[in-house]
Amino acid sequence: MPWDRNQMAARAAEELEDGMYVNLGIGIPTLVANYVGDKDITLQSENGMLGMGPFPFEGDEDPDLINAGKQTITELKRTAYFDSATSFGMIRGGKIAAAILGAMEVDEKGDLANWMIPGKLVKGMGGAMDLVAGVGKVIVVMDHTNKHGESKVLKECTLPLTGKGVVDRIISNLGVLDVVPGGLKIVQLADGVTEEELRAATEATIVD
Amino acid sequence: MKKVYPDAASALDGLLQDGMTIAAGGFGLCGIPELLIDALVASGVKNLTIASNNCGVDGFGLGKLLDTKQIKKMMSSYVGENAEFMRQYLSGELELEFNPQGTLAERMRAGGCGIPGFYTKTGVGTVVAEGKEVKTFDGQDYILERGIVADLSIVKAWKADETGNLVFRKTARNFNPPAAMCGKVCVAEVEEIVPTGSLDPDHIHLPGIYVHRLIQGAHEKRIEQRTVRKREEA
Repeated sequence: MPWDRNQMAARAAEELEDGMYVNLGIGIPTLVANYVGDKDITLQSENGMLGMGPFPFEGDEDPDLINAGKQTITELKRTAYFDSATSFGMIRGGKIAAAILGAMEVDEKGDLANWMIPGKLVKGMGGAMDLVAGVGKVIVVMDHTNKHGESKVLKECTLPLTGKGVVDRIISNLGVLDVVPGGLKIVQLADGVTEEELRAATEATIVD
Repeated sequence: MKKVYPDAASALDGLLQDGMTIAAGGFGLCGIPELLIDALVASGVKNLTIASNNCGVDGFGLGKLLDTKQIKKMMSSYVGENAEFMRQYLSGELELEFNPQGTLAERMRAGGCGIPGFYTKTGVGTVVAEGKEVKTFDGQDYILERGIVADLSIVKAWKADETGNLVFRKTARNFNPPAAMCGKVCVAEVEEIVPTGSLDPDHIHLPGIYVHRLIQGAHEKRIEQRTVRKREEA
């Protein structure tokens, strides 16, 4: 059985080490926070916060306290606030150890597309281009194929890029792959998934 | 020089002209200058170019200036929450320049700091890099982005003293300091103006040198995505 959303999030949480400052994207990456366990992880929200806490209890919402997805959140004892220029200074400056992000497409050179589909409504890249250009390690969490069964792990992205050569590791429902010279290297297979199944679902070159 | 004005309309008096560029603070609906936006609507100033991370929502925040068609061009990173925005953009009535969020913030900061341009690796190899100078430093490519100097900045803070020193609250700080810095003139609205001397000088987030006019008023502070957890889960 391929991994489900929560299993992918749990696997992504294994990438995080004690003491890391981390930025989590919207969707499955947000679930990663549920699986960090006892590790001392500080979450960054790029609208200007380090030390992001959980959603507030009903009635405790504060309009001055939101995350980058504009959801109400809470602060922790360690929380620090800062302006957007400072926030992206720490992102661009490589101070954030890792970003875990979703993807529409990723390719064997580490190119990432996750912000626009030509002909569809374009909402904007937000902070995604800054994150992939700046943080220490970019980990993509995604389904290996689209709803038509076509691979989203490609030789070359077809959609407009968010960043070129930026992805370090891919965690999909079928397993874990690293971007290495010449292509992708299989790091781990999801429970019950064979290497043949993973290869069949991958358009990108897989190197040994 | 007296910086405190009685209301938003008087604080903007003499500063507005058609075709001007305005930098606005705020992220989503958090920390937006609601009162000054309302005064811009009432003024009827038009053909505005607005640098702001977002463009409000339908009928609130900068979305109000869309309803009245006072905006010619937006410089933003994300505009997904606004149907009227998309309608005007798709019909060609509204120009849109997408900026990566950090690039937009740094363009404002740089403009306010006397830096006309800077190199960043954000957007290299993407549509954002099209038409921009590429320079290689230490083996890595960077693109040239320009600083923004706005004719006017409108920002929102939590507290100010009478000299314009500002204190922000939680994530409502966001784009407000860089937006304030890049304006030739900056008007700030706050929830409370306190007597000069009552703010701890070590706790000022934005020094009053960046703030030329100041108003106090009540804010709606609308929440865009109210997200909560149940107490039983605790």
